[in-house]
Amino acid sequence: MSSRLYDNYLKVQKRRQRLIVLSRLSVLAAFLLLWELAARWGWVDPMLTSKPSQLLSSFRELAFEGNLLRHTWITGLETLVGIIISMLIGTVIAVLFWWSTFASKVLEPYIVVLNALPKVALGPIFYIWLGDRYSIYGMAVAISIIVTIIMVESGFKEISKTKLKLMESFGASKIQMLRMVLLPASIPHFIATLKVNVGLTLVGVVMGEFLSSKAGLGYLIIYGGQVFQMTLVMVSITMLALLSAILYGVVNLLERYARRKYHYEG
Amino acid sequence: MAQIELKDVGLSYFTPKQETEALRGINLSIRHGEFVSIVGPSGCGKSTLLSLVSGMLKPTKGNVLIDGEEVTGTSRKVGYMLQHDHLFEWRNVFNNLLVGAEIRKMDLNRAKRKASELLERYGLGEFAQHGPSQLSGGMRQRVALIRTLVAEPDILLLDEPFSALDYQTRLKLSDEVFHIIKEQGKTALLVTHDLSEAISMADRVMVMSKRPSTISSMHDIRFEEGGGLSPWKKREAGLYNRYFNAIWKELEGHVVPII
Ligand SMILES: Nc1ncnc2c1ncn2[C@@H]1O[C@H](COP(=O)(O)OP(=O)(O)O)[C@@H](O)[C@H]1O
Ligand SMILES: [Mg+2]
Repeated sequence: MSSRLYDNYLKVQKRRQRLIVLSRLSVLAAFLLLWELAARWGWVDPMLTSKPSQLLSSFRELAFEGNLLRHTWITGLETLVGIIISMLIGTVIAVLFWWSTFASKVLEPYIVVLNALPKVALGPIFYIWLGDRYSIYGMAVAISIIVTIIMVESGFKEISKTKLKLMESFGASKIQMLRMVLLPASIPHFIATLKVNVGLTLVGVVMGEFLSSKAGLGYLIIYGGQVFQMTLVMVSITMLALLSAILYGVVNLLERYARRKYHYEG
Repeated sequence: MAQIELKDVGLSYFTPKQETEALRGINLSIRHGEFVSIVGPSGCGKSTLLSLVSGMLKPTKGNVLIDGEEVTGTSRKVGYMLQHDHLFEWRNVFNNLLVGAEIRKMDLNRAKRKASELLERYGLGEFAQHGPSQLSGGMRQRVALIRTLVAEPDILLLDEPFSALDYQTRLKLSDEVFHIIKEQGKTALLVTHDLSEAISMADRVMVMSKRPSTISSMHDIRFEEGGGLSPWKKREAGLYNRYFNAIWKELEGHVVPII
Protein backbone atom coordinates (compact mmCIF):
# COMPACT_ATOMS: atom_id res chain seq x y z
CA MET A 1 0.00 0.00 0.00
CA SER A 2 1.43 3.32 -1.00
CA SER A 3 0.41 6.42 0.85
CA ARG A 4 -1.63 9.27 -0.60
CA LEU A 5 1.36 11.56 -0.43
CA TYR A 6 3.45 9.12 -2.44
CA ASP A 7 0.72 8.73 -5.07
CA ASN A 8 0.66 12.46 -5.29
CA TYR A 9 4.42 12.60 -5.67
CA LEU A 10 4.28 10.06 -8.49
CA LYS A 11 1.56 12.02 -10.22
CA VAL A 12 3.61 15.20 -10.11
CA GLN A 13 6.64 13.37 -11.45
CA LYS A 14 4.65 11.93 -14.32
CA ARG A 15 3.15 15.28 -15.20
CA ARG A 16 6.59 16.83 -15.25
CA GLN A 17 7.90 14.08 -17.51
CA ARG A 18 5.03 14.61 -19.91
CA LEU A 19 5.67 18.34 -19.93
CA ILE A 20 9.31 17.78 -20.85
CA VAL A 21 8.44 15.56 -23.82
CA LEU A 22 5.77 17.98 -24.95
CA SER A 23 8.14 20.94 -24.73
CA ARG A 24 10.74 19.05 -26.72
CA LEU A 25 8.30 18.49 -29.54
CA SER A 26 7.16 22.11 -29.39
CA VAL A 27 10.71 23.35 -29.80
CA LEU A 28 11.00 21.32 -32.99
CA ALA A 29 7.57 22.44 -34.22
CA ALA A 30 8.31 26.10 -33.47
CA PHE A 31 11.61 25.84 -35.30
CA LEU A 32 9.99 24.30 -38.38
CA LEU A 33 7.15 26.79 -38.32
CA LEU A 34 9.47 29.77 -38.03
CA TRP A 35 11.59 28.39 -40.86
CA GLU A 36 8.56 27.88 -43.07
CA LEU A 37 7.13 31.32 -42.39
CA ALA A 38 10.49 33.02 -42.77
CA ALA A 39 10.93 31.42 -46.19
CA ARG A 40 7.34 32.14 -47.28
CA TRP A 41 7.27 35.76 -46.21
CA GLY A 42 10.66 36.44 -47.65
CA TRP A 43 12.56 37.14 -44.45
CA VAL A 44 15.14 34.74 -45.83
CA ASP A 45 15.86 33.63 -49.36
CA PRO A 46 14.30 30.17 -49.87
CA MET A 47 16.91 29.49 -52.53
CA LEU A 48 19.48 29.50 -49.76
CA THR A 49 17.51 28.01 -46.88
CA SER A 50 14.88 25.90 -48.61
CA LYS A 51 11.79 25.34 -46.46
CA PRO A 52 10.13 22.49 -44.51
CA SER A 53 7.14 22.04 -46.81
CA GLN A 54 9.46 21.77 -49.76
CA LEU A 55 11.66 19.34 -47.87
CA LEU A 56 8.69 17.12 -47.22
CA SER A 57 7.58 16.99 -50.81
CA SER A 58 11.06 16.47 -52.14
CA PHE A 59 11.66 13.83 -49.48
CA ARG A 60 8.68 11.95 -50.84
CA GLU A 61 9.99 12.37 -54.33
CA LEU A 62 13.52 11.34 -53.46
CA ALA A 63 12.46 8.45 -51.33
CA PHE A 64 10.08 6.88 -53.78
CA GLU A 65 11.54 7.84 -57.11
CA GLY A 66 15.09 8.76 -56.33
CA ASN A 67 17.60 6.76 -54.39
CA LEU A 68 17.50 8.54 -51.04
CA LEU A 69 16.85 5.41 -49.06
CA ARG A 70 19.57 3.53 -50.91
CA HIS A 71 22.06 6.31 -50.15
CA THR A 72 21.01 6.34 -46.50
CA TRP A 73 21.35 2.58 -46.34
CA ILE A 74 24.85 2.77 -47.84
CA THR A 75 25.99 5.38 -45.35
CA GLY A 76 24.43 3.41 -42.49
CA LEU A 77 26.14 0.20 -43.56
CA GLU A 78 29.49 1.91 -43.97
CA THR A 79 29.16 3.40 -40.50
CA LEU A 80 28.26 0.05 -38.99
CA VAL A 81 31.19 -1.69 -40.63
CA GLY A 82 33.49 1.17 -39.58
CA ILE A 83 32.36 0.92 -35.96
CA ILE A 84 32.85 -2.82 -35.87
CA ILE A 85 36.33 -2.60 -37.37
CA SER A 86 37.37 0.19 -34.98
CA MET A 87 36.03 -1.59 -31.93
CA LEU A 88 37.72 -4.87 -32.83
CA ILE A 89 41.11 -3.51 -33.84
CA GLY A 90 41.06 -0.85 -31.09
CA THR A 91 40.29 -3.43 -28.42
CA VAL A 92 42.97 -5.79 -29.68
CA ILE A 93 45.55 -2.97 -29.56
CA ALA A 94 44.40 -1.91 -26.08
CA VAL A 95 44.80 -5.51 -24.93
CA LEU A 96 48.30 -5.63 -26.38
CA PHE A 97 49.17 -2.42 -24.52
CA TRP A 98 47.87 -3.94 -21.30
CA TRP A 99 49.78 -7.12 -22.00
CA SER A 100 53.07 -5.39 -22.62
CA THR A 101 53.69 -2.31 -20.53
CA PHE A 102 56.87 -1.89 -22.50
CA ALA A 103 55.06 -1.63 -25.82
CA SER A 104 52.52 0.73 -24.33
CA LYS A 105 55.26 2.99 -22.96
CA VAL A 106 57.12 2.95 -26.26
CA LEU A 107 54.05 3.79 -28.34
CA GLU A 108 52.39 6.25 -25.95
CA PRO A 109 53.72 9.46 -27.56
CA TYR A 110 52.71 8.25 -31.01
CA ILE A 111 49.18 7.60 -29.85
CA VAL A 112 49.01 11.09 -28.35
CA VAL A 113 50.19 12.69 -31.60
CA LEU A 114 47.91 10.56 -33.76
CA ASN A 115 45.01 11.45 -31.53
CA ALA A 116 45.66 15.17 -32.01
CA LEU A 117 46.24 14.89 -35.75
CA PRO A 118 43.21 16.01 -37.82
CA LYS A 119 42.38 12.75 -39.55
CA VAL A 120 40.80 14.55 -42.52
CA ALA A 121 44.30 15.43 -43.60
CA LEU A 122 44.83 11.75 -44.35
CA GLY A 123 41.97 11.73 -46.88
CA PRO A 124 44.06 11.98 -50.05
CA ILE A 125 46.37 9.26 -48.81
CA PHE A 126 43.49 6.88 -48.18
CA TYR A 127 42.07 7.74 -51.56
CA ILE A 128 45.27 6.82 -53.32
CA TRP A 129 45.98 3.74 -51.24
CA LEU A 130 42.53 2.28 -50.87
CA GLY A 131 40.55 3.56 -53.84
CA ASP A 132 37.27 5.44 -53.78
CA ARG A 133 35.27 2.74 -52.02
CA TYR A 134 37.55 1.52 -49.27
CA SER A 135 38.98 4.93 -48.48
CA ILE A 136 35.65 5.66 -46.74
CA TYR A 137 36.34 2.86 -44.28
CA GLY A 138 39.89 4.11 -43.96
CA MET A 139 38.61 7.53 -42.93
CA ALA A 140 35.93 6.15 -40.59
CA VAL A 141 38.39 3.87 -38.81
CA ALA A 142 41.12 6.54 -38.68
CA ILE A 143 38.79 8.92 -36.89
CA SER A 144 37.47 6.47 -34.30
CA ILE A 145 40.21 3.95 -33.66
CA ILE A 146 42.59 6.06 -31.59
CA VAL A 147 39.77 7.14 -29.29
CA THR A 148 38.72 3.51 -29.01
CA ILE A 149 42.20 2.48 -27.95
CA ILE A 150 42.46 5.28 -25.42
CA MET A 151 39.02 4.70 -23.92
CA VAL A 152 39.28 0.92 -23.70
CA GLU A 153 42.78 1.17 -22.27
CA SER A 154 41.73 3.66 -19.61
CA GLY A 155 38.87 1.31 -18.79
CA PHE A 156 41.38 -1.47 -18.22
CA LYS A 157 43.36 0.80 -15.94
CA GLU A 158 40.29 1.62 -13.91
CA ILE A 159 39.72 -2.00 -13.04
CA SER A 160 40.94 -2.25 -9.53
CA LYS A 161 44.43 -3.62 -9.09
CA THR A 162 43.21 -5.75 -6.23
CA LYS A 163 40.71 -7.57 -8.43
CA LEU A 164 43.70 -8.66 -10.45
CA LYS A 165 45.55 -9.41 -7.23
CA LEU A 166 42.77 -11.77 -6.31
CA MET A 167 43.22 -13.48 -9.68
CA GLU A 168 46.96 -13.60 -9.11
CA SER A 169 46.51 -15.17 -5.71
CA PHE A 170 44.81 -18.09 -7.43
CA GLY A 171 47.76 -18.23 -9.83
CA ALA A 172 45.85 -16.90 -12.86
CA SER A 173 47.65 -16.48 -16.18
CA LYS A 174 47.37 -13.29 -18.22
CA ILE A 175 44.93 -14.93 -20.60
CA GLN A 176 42.75 -15.93 -17.66
CA MET A 177 42.87 -12.40 -16.24
CA LEU A 178 41.87 -11.05 -19.63
CA ARG A 179 39.02 -13.48 -20.14
CA MET A 180 37.67 -13.62 -16.60
CA VAL A 181 38.17 -10.02 -15.42
CA LEU A 182 39.39 -7.47 -17.95
CA LEU A 183 36.89 -8.11 -20.73
CA PRO A 184 33.75 -8.65 -18.64
CA ALA A 185 34.63 -5.75 -16.34
CA SER A 186 35.09 -3.53 -19.38
CA ILE A 187 31.61 -4.02 -20.79
CA PRO A 188 30.41 -0.63 -19.47
CA HIS A 189 33.49 0.95 -21.08
CA PHE A 190 32.83 -0.84 -24.35
CA ILE A 191 29.32 0.60 -24.37
CA ALA A 192 30.59 4.10 -23.58
CA THR A 193 33.18 3.77 -26.34
CA LEU A 194 30.49 2.57 -28.71
CA LYS A 195 28.44 5.68 -27.98
CA VAL A 196 31.34 7.96 -28.80
CA ASN A 197 32.16 5.88 -31.87
CA VAL A 198 28.70 6.18 -33.38
CA GLY A 199 29.22 9.92 -33.72
CA LEU A 200 32.87 9.79 -34.72
CA THR A 201 32.51 7.03 -37.27
CA LEU A 202 29.60 8.81 -38.90
CA VAL A 203 31.78 11.90 -39.21
CA GLY A 204 34.50 9.76 -40.78
CA VAL A 205 32.13 8.11 -43.23
CA VAL A 206 30.56 11.38 -44.38
CA MET A 207 34.00 12.92 -44.66
CA GLY A 208 35.13 9.96 -46.73
CA GLU A 209 32.09 10.29 -48.95
CA PHE A 210 32.76 13.99 -49.41
CA LEU A 211 36.21 13.22 -50.65
CA SER A 212 35.73 10.31 -52.94
CA SER A 213 32.47 8.54 -53.09
CA LYS A 214 29.76 8.08 -55.69
CA ALA A 215 27.07 7.10 -53.22
CA GLY A 216 25.89 7.76 -49.69
CA LEU A 217 24.48 10.78 -47.92
CA GLY A 218 27.83 12.55 -47.94
CA TYR A 219 27.91 12.25 -51.69
CA LEU A 220 24.32 13.56 -51.96
CA ILE A 221 25.17 16.58 -49.83
CA ILE A 222 28.23 17.46 -51.89
CA TYR A 223 26.31 16.85 -55.10
CA GLY A 224 23.38 18.97 -53.91
CA GLY A 225 25.75 21.77 -53.06
CA GLN A 226 27.42 21.64 -56.44
CA VAL A 227 24.13 21.86 -58.39
CA PHE A 228 22.77 24.40 -55.88
CA GLN A 229 19.85 22.29 -54.72
CA MET A 230 19.51 23.30 -51.09
CA THR A 231 16.49 21.07 -50.69
CA LEU A 232 18.52 18.00 -51.55
CA VAL A 233 21.22 19.09 -49.12
CA MET A 234 18.72 19.68 -46.33
CA VAL A 235 16.88 16.41 -46.90
CA SER A 236 20.19 14.54 -46.81
CA ILE A 237 21.18 16.28 -43.59
CA THR A 238 17.85 15.39 -42.05
CA MET A 239 18.39 11.77 -43.03
CA LEU A 240 21.84 11.92 -41.43
CA ALA A 241 20.32 13.19 -38.19
CA LEU A 242 17.76 10.41 -38.34
CA LEU A 243 20.46 7.83 -39.01
CA SER A 244 22.57 8.92 -36.06
CA ALA A 245 19.48 8.89 -33.83
CA ILE A 246 18.75 5.32 -34.91
CA LEU A 247 22.34 4.16 -34.35
CA TYR A 248 22.37 5.84 -30.96
CA GLY A 249 19.10 4.14 -30.09
CA VAL A 250 20.53 0.77 -31.03
CA VAL A 251 23.53 1.34 -28.74
CA ASN A 252 21.15 2.32 -25.95
CA LEU A 253 19.20 -0.90 -26.41
CA LEU A 254 22.48 -2.79 -26.32
CA GLU A 255 23.38 -1.03 -23.11
CA ARG A 256 20.10 -1.92 -21.47
CA TYR A 257 20.55 -5.54 -22.50
CA ALA A 258 24.14 -5.66 -21.22
CA ARG A 259 23.12 -4.03 -17.97
CA ARG A 260 20.49 -6.63 -17.37
CA LYS A 261 22.80 -9.46 -18.31
CA TYR A 262 25.93 -8.35 -16.50
CA HIS A 263 24.38 -6.44 -13.61
CA TYR A 264 26.65 -3.46 -13.75
CA GLU A 265 25.78 -0.06 -12.34
CA GLY A 266 26.14 3.38 -13.75
CA MET B 1 56.89 -30.53 11.31
CA ALA B 2 55.90 -26.93 10.82
CA GLN B 3 53.51 -26.26 7.99
CA ILE B 4 54.66 -22.71 7.32
CA GLU B 5 58.24 -21.77 7.96
CA LEU B 6 60.07 -18.50 7.41
CA LYS B 7 63.83 -18.63 7.82
CA ASP B 8 65.62 -15.32 8.28
CA VAL B 9 63.36 -13.71 5.70
CA GLY B 10 63.98 -10.17 4.51
CA LEU B 11 62.15 -8.20 1.87
CA SER B 12 62.92 -4.87 0.27
CA TYR B 13 60.77 -3.07 -2.30
CA PHE B 14 62.54 -1.23 -5.06
CA THR B 15 60.98 1.76 -6.74
CA PRO B 16 62.72 4.39 -8.91
CA LYS B 17 62.49 6.84 -6.01
CA GLN B 18 63.65 4.68 -3.14
CA GLU B 19 64.34 1.35 -1.59
CA THR B 20 61.94 0.32 1.17
CA GLU B 21 63.10 -2.36 3.54
CA ALA B 22 59.80 -3.82 4.72
CA LEU B 23 60.85 -6.97 6.54
CA ARG B 24 64.09 -7.97 8.20
CA GLY B 25 65.19 -11.21 9.84
CA ILE B 26 61.78 -12.83 10.16
CA ASN B 27 61.85 -16.29 11.69
CA LEU B 28 58.50 -17.94 12.06
CA SER B 29 57.10 -21.40 12.29
CA ILE B 30 53.43 -22.25 12.22
CA ARG B 31 51.97 -25.69 12.86
CA HIS B 32 49.21 -27.34 10.92
CA GLY B 33 45.80 -26.18 12.12
CA GLU B 34 47.15 -23.25 14.05
CA PHE B 35 45.52 -19.82 13.96
CA VAL B 36 47.99 -16.94 14.16
CA SER B 37 47.06 -13.27 14.22
CA ILE B 38 49.47 -10.59 13.10
CA VAL B 39 49.28 -7.07 14.48
CA GLY B 40 51.60 -4.14 14.03
CA PRO B 41 51.70 -0.48 13.06
CA SER B 42 50.24 0.24 9.64
CA GLY B 43 52.76 0.09 6.82
CA CYS B 44 55.04 -2.23 8.78
CA GLY B 45 54.84 -5.09 6.31
CA LYS B 46 51.99 -7.33 7.43
CA SER B 47 50.49 -7.62 3.96
CA THR B 48 53.98 -8.14 2.60
CA LEU B 49 54.43 -11.09 4.92
CA LEU B 50 51.22 -12.68 3.64
CA SER B 51 52.26 -12.08 0.04
CA LEU B 52 55.50 -13.92 0.78
CA VAL B 53 53.64 -16.92 2.16
CA SER B 54 51.25 -16.88 -0.79
CA GLY B 55 54.16 -16.97 -3.22
CA MET B 56 53.12 -13.75 -4.97
CA LEU B 57 56.34 -12.15 -3.73
CA LYS B 58 59.79 -13.66 -3.47
CA PRO B 59 61.91 -12.81 -0.43
CA THR B 60 65.02 -10.77 -1.15
CA LYS B 61 66.68 -12.73 1.63
CA GLY B 62 66.06 -16.05 3.37
CA ASN B 63 63.53 -18.77 2.57
CA VAL B 64 59.81 -19.37 2.87
CA LEU B 65 58.80 -23.01 3.20
CA ILE B 66 55.42 -24.68 3.12
CA ASP B 67 55.35 -28.31 4.25
CA GLY B 68 59.13 -28.27 4.04
CA GLU B 69 59.21 -27.19 0.39
CA GLU B 70 60.47 -23.85 -0.76
CA VAL B 71 57.74 -21.54 -2.05
CA THR B 72 58.45 -20.56 -5.66
CA GLY B 73 55.09 -19.25 -6.80
CA THR B 74 51.41 -19.31 -5.93
CA SER B 75 50.42 -22.69 -4.62
CA ARG B 76 47.20 -24.64 -4.43
CA LYS B 77 47.82 -25.12 -0.75
CA VAL B 78 47.25 -21.43 -0.04
CA GLY B 79 44.05 -19.40 -0.17
CA TYR B 80 44.09 -15.62 0.12
CA MET B 81 41.26 -13.50 1.45
CA LEU B 82 41.53 -9.77 0.94
CA GLN B 83 40.03 -6.75 2.64
CA HIS B 84 37.55 -6.24 -0.17
CA ASP B 85 35.59 -9.19 -1.38
CA HIS B 86 36.08 -8.40 -5.09
CA LEU B 87 33.13 -10.47 -6.11
CA PHE B 88 32.62 -10.17 -9.84
CA GLU B 89 29.40 -8.26 -10.53
CA TRP B 90 29.00 -10.04 -13.85
CA ARG B 91 28.73 -13.41 -12.15
CA ASN B 92 26.07 -14.55 -9.72
CA VAL B 93 27.07 -15.70 -6.25
CA PHE B 94 27.38 -19.33 -7.22
CA ASN B 95 29.59 -18.66 -10.23
CA ASN B 96 31.74 -16.33 -8.16
CA LEU B 97 32.50 -19.29 -5.92
CA LEU B 98 33.95 -21.19 -8.85
CA VAL B 99 36.50 -18.54 -9.85
CA GLY B 100 39.41 -20.16 -8.02
CA ALA B 101 38.54 -23.63 -9.20
CA GLU B 102 38.25 -22.39 -12.80
CA ILE B 103 41.61 -20.65 -12.69
CA ARG B 104 43.30 -23.68 -11.21
CA LYS B 105 41.53 -25.97 -13.67
CA MET B 106 40.24 -28.12 -10.84
CA ASP B 107 37.47 -30.66 -11.27
CA LEU B 108 34.51 -28.32 -11.82
CA ASN B 109 31.81 -30.78 -10.82
CA ARG B 110 33.53 -31.37 -7.54
CA ALA B 111 33.94 -27.63 -7.05
CA LYS B 112 30.25 -27.06 -7.77
CA ARG B 113 29.26 -29.70 -5.24
CA LYS B 114 31.56 -28.17 -2.69
CA ALA B 115 30.26 -24.67 -3.43
CA SER B 116 26.61 -25.60 -2.92
CA GLU B 117 27.43 -27.59 0.18
CA LEU B 118 29.31 -24.69 1.76
CA LEU B 119 26.66 -22.17 0.72
CA GLU B 120 23.98 -24.26 2.40
CA ARG B 121 26.05 -24.92 5.46
CA TYR B 122 26.84 -21.27 6.02
CA GLY B 123 23.34 -20.01 5.45
CA LEU B 124 23.63 -18.51 1.99
CA GLY B 125 21.93 -21.29 0.03
CA GLU B 126 19.02 -19.15 -1.10
CA PHE B 127 21.35 -16.51 -2.53
CA ALA B 128 23.18 -18.77 -4.98
CA GLN B 129 21.55 -17.20 -8.02
CA HIS B 130 21.61 -13.63 -6.70
CA GLY B 131 23.96 -10.96 -7.99
CA PRO B 132 26.66 -9.88 -5.52
CA SER B 133 25.20 -6.38 -5.33
CA GLN B 134 22.10 -7.83 -3.71
CA LEU B 135 24.07 -9.02 -0.68
CA SER B 136 25.05 -7.10 2.43
CA GLY B 137 28.72 -6.42 3.18
CA GLY B 138 28.91 -9.23 5.72
CA MET B 139 27.30 -11.71 3.36
CA ARG B 140 29.64 -10.71 0.56
CA GLN B 141 32.65 -11.32 2.76
CA ARG B 142 31.28 -14.73 3.72
CA VAL B 143 30.91 -15.51 0.02
CA ALA B 144 34.52 -14.42 -0.46
CA LEU B 145 35.60 -16.84 2.25
CA ILE B 146 33.64 -19.67 0.67
CA ARG B 147 35.19 -18.80 -2.70
CA THR B 148 38.58 -19.30 -1.06
CA LEU B 149 37.48 -22.56 0.56
CA VAL B 150 36.10 -24.01 -2.69
CA ALA B 151 39.66 -23.99 -4.03
CA GLU B 152 40.50 -26.32 -1.13
CA PRO B 153 43.56 -24.67 0.39
CA ASP B 154 45.25 -26.01 3.53
CA ILE B 155 46.35 -22.56 4.57
CA LEU B 156 44.20 -19.42 4.71
CA LEU B 157 45.72 -15.97 4.57
CA LEU B 158 43.34 -13.27 5.74
CA ASP B 159 44.34 -9.66 5.18
CA GLU B 160 42.11 -7.41 7.27
CA PRO B 161 39.08 -9.28 5.99
CA PHE B 162 36.60 -7.48 8.23
CA SER B 163 37.91 -3.95 8.19
CA ALA B 164 35.46 -2.68 5.59
CA LEU B 165 32.48 -3.79 7.68
CA ASP B 166 30.54 -2.03 10.40
CA TYR B 167 31.33 -2.97 13.98
CA GLN B 168 28.33 -5.18 14.63
CA THR B 169 28.77 -7.14 11.44
CA ARG B 170 32.45 -7.68 12.03
CA LEU B 171 31.91 -9.00 15.55
CA LYS B 172 29.41 -11.49 14.26
CA LEU B 173 31.37 -12.38 11.16
CA SER B 174 34.67 -12.88 12.98
CA ASP B 175 32.88 -15.39 15.20
CA GLU B 176 31.50 -17.19 12.17
CA VAL B 177 34.73 -17.17 10.23
CA PHE B 178 36.55 -18.54 13.25
CA HIS B 179 34.16 -21.46 13.45
CA ILE B 180 34.31 -22.09 9.73
CA ILE B 181 38.10 -22.17 9.73
CA LYS B 182 38.29 -24.43 12.76
CA GLU B 183 35.61 -26.72 11.42
CA GLN B 184 37.41 -27.01 8.09
CA GLY B 185 40.68 -27.65 9.95
CA LYS B 186 42.63 -24.96 8.13
CA THR B 187 45.80 -23.24 9.18
CA ALA B 188 45.18 -19.50 9.28
CA LEU B 189 47.21 -16.32 9.26
CA LEU B 190 45.10 -13.27 10.05
CA VAL B 191 46.27 -9.69 9.67
CA THR B 192 44.17 -7.22 11.58
CA HIS B 193 44.49 -3.88 13.30
CA ASP B 194 41.70 -4.77 15.71
CA LEU B 195 43.40 -6.12 18.82
CA SER B 196 40.31 -7.76 20.26
CA GLU B 197 39.79 -9.56 16.98
CA ALA B 198 43.41 -10.70 16.99
CA ILE B 199 43.27 -12.01 20.53
CA SER B 200 39.84 -13.60 20.43
CA MET B 201 40.39 -15.51 17.21
CA ALA B 202 43.97 -16.73 17.43
CA ASP B 203 46.04 -19.36 19.17
CA ARG B 204 48.98 -17.00 18.94
CA VAL B 205 49.29 -13.26 18.37
CA MET B 206 52.39 -12.04 16.61
CA VAL B 207 53.36 -8.41 17.16
CA MET B 208 55.49 -6.72 14.55
CA SER B 209 57.68 -3.68 14.99
CA LYS B 210 57.94 -0.59 12.86
CA ARG B 211 59.74 -0.77 9.53
CA PRO B 212 62.12 -2.43 8.82
CA SER B 213 59.85 -4.81 10.57
CA THR B 214 60.85 -7.68 12.78
CA ILE B 215 58.80 -9.90 15.04
CA SER B 216 58.78 -8.00 18.27
CA SER B 217 56.97 -10.66 20.26
CA MET B 218 54.76 -13.72 20.09
CA HIS B 219 51.93 -14.20 22.57
CA ASP B 220 50.43 -17.61 23.23
CA ILE B 221 46.77 -17.00 23.89
CA ARG B 222 45.45 -19.44 26.47
CA PHE B 223 42.44 -19.10 28.66
CA GLU B 224 41.72 -20.70 32.02
CA GLU B 225 38.30 -21.63 30.70
CA GLY B 226 40.11 -24.06 28.36
CA GLY B 227 40.40 -24.30 24.61
CA GLY B 228 37.44 -24.32 22.26
CA LEU B 229 36.01 -21.02 23.43
CA SER B 230 34.35 -19.01 20.72
CA PRO B 231 35.81 -15.55 20.04
CA TRP B 232 32.67 -14.12 21.58
CA LYS B 233 33.27 -15.95 24.84
CA LYS B 234 36.98 -15.21 24.81
CA ARG B 235 36.26 -11.50 24.87
CA GLU B 236 34.55 -12.11 28.20
CA ALA B 237 37.17 -14.48 29.60
CA GLY B 238 39.28 -13.50 32.58
CA LEU B 239 42.67 -13.29 30.90
CA TYR B 240 41.42 -11.41 27.88
CA ASN B 241 42.10 -7.98 29.31
CA ARG B 242 45.59 -8.99 30.40
CA TYR B 243 46.50 -9.97 26.84
CA PHE B 244 44.81 -6.90 25.47
CA ASN B 245 46.67 -4.50 27.73
CA ALA B 246 50.02 -6.18 27.24
CA ILE B 247 49.79 -6.11 23.47
CA TRP B 248 48.32 -2.62 23.46
CA LYS B 249 51.23 -1.27 25.47
CA GLU B 250 53.69 -3.09 23.30
CA LEU B 251 52.18 -1.59 20.19
CA GLU B 252 52.49 1.82 21.76
CA GLY B 253 56.17 1.14 22.12
CA HIS B 254 56.26 0.28 25.81
CA VAL B 255 57.20 -3.33 25.87
CA VAL B 256 55.74 -4.93 28.97
CA PRO B 257 56.44 -8.63 29.30
CA ILE B 258 53.41 -10.69 30.15
CA ILE B 259 53.89 -13.00 33.10
N1 LIG C 1 54.57 -2.78 -4.31
C1 LIG C 1 55.23 -1.98 -3.47
N2 LIG C 1 56.23 -1.17 -3.93
C2 LIG C 1 56.91 -0.39 -3.08
N3 LIG C 1 56.69 -0.30 -1.77
C3 LIG C 1 55.71 -1.07 -1.25
C4 LIG C 1 54.92 -1.94 -2.07
N4 LIG C 1 54.03 -2.56 -1.29
C5 LIG C 1 54.24 -2.10 -0.05
N5 LIG C 1 55.25 -1.21 -0.01
C6 LIG C 1 55.76 -0.55 1.19
O1 LIG C 1 56.18 -1.54 2.09
C7 LIG C 1 55.78 -1.25 3.41
C8 LIG C 1 54.95 -2.37 3.97
O2 LIG C 1 53.73 -2.44 3.26
P1 LIG C 1 52.56 -3.42 3.69
O3 LIG C 1 53.09 -4.80 3.76
O4 LIG C 1 51.43 -3.19 2.75
O5 LIG C 1 52.19 -2.89 5.15
P2 LIG C 1 50.96 -3.26 6.10
O6 LIG C 1 50.15 -4.30 5.42
O7 LIG C 1 51.58 -3.71 7.37
O8 LIG C 1 50.20 -1.99 6.32
C9 LIG C 1 55.03 0.08 3.33
O9 LIG C 1 55.91 1.09 3.74
C10 LIG C 1 54.68 0.22 1.89
O10 LIG C 1 54.70 1.59 1.52
MG1 LIG D 1 48.15 -4.16 4.65
